[in-house]
Amino acid sequence: MDWMKISTAILIILMLVFIVPRAKDMLKNSPKASSNDMVAALIPLLLVIGFVFLLIKSV
Amino acid sequence: MNRPVELAQSQSAVLEVNKVLKNTYALLSVTLLFSALTAYISMHMAMPAFMPLVCTFGALGLIWFVLPRTANSAAGIGVVFAITGLLGLGLGPMLNSYLQLSNGSQLIMTSLGGTGVIFLALSGYALTTKRDFSFMGGMLVVGMVLVLIAALANIFMEIPALSLAISAIVIVIMSGFILYDTSRIINGGERNYIMATVGLYLSLYNIFVNLLMLLGVMSDD
Repeated sequence: MDWMKISTAILIILMLVFIVPRAKDMLKNSPKASSNDMVAALIPLLLVIGFVFLLIKSV
Repeated sequence: MNRPVELAQSQSAVLEVNKVLKNTYALLSVTLLFSALTAYISMHMAMPAFMPLVCTFGALGLIWFVLPRTANSAAGIGVVFAITGLLGLGLGPMLNSYLQLSNGSQLIMTSLGGTGVIFLALSGYALTTKRDFSFMGGMLVVGMVLVLIAALANIFMEIPALSLAISAIVIVIMSGFILYDTSRIINGGERNYIMATVGLYLSLYNIFVNLLMLLGVMSDD
């Protein structure tokens, strides 16, 4: 295994070390979403997926 | 009886939000240009393949250890330029490898344009609906943790399909972060334009890099 892979793995582990405690904190403190809120967030994200699919088809 | 006071407070809050929004977009535009400049320099200097890794380490070090201490001072602007400059510098070797493909420049331009369209559409949506997307924070960060675990596993497993799936999921998560960050600015959750700029820049950077990877693998050539 080359050192580039090891360095990348170390970088990802460091990112996890920093992000996991924040993820726990954010999960505890995030406000609850209503179904309307979920729909309002999901529609643009689904459109993004559709747009990326179109871009892939175009190249 | 308190109407004039409430009105004045609400007007001042609106002015504050508009100021943060204006400063964020101004700084974001300049840092994107600066990033493009450092990427261009890096491409012409033919930086070695390990450069992106070194630059990412440097940028993350600045984001984690230096930015939180300087975000409330003028030095924070210099730190933002250092972060975005380093990330731009790290893009050079990757862009050079794409330019060696027969349709490389088309892929880069499509990815750049696609990232711009996604950003403008999502920001426009968050700005016009003025909805509070703060509930997405927990989900997005957990999604990011899962993606990082999958990426870590894929370093050793080397499954191309998993790599593609990770890129696609990162694009969706970063799109969610654009909605989340923009809504935090509009609703007064983020009053520091330096932190807001770095958040939006990282979303744009990740969308561009992962879109380029997806287009590169899926293109006919």
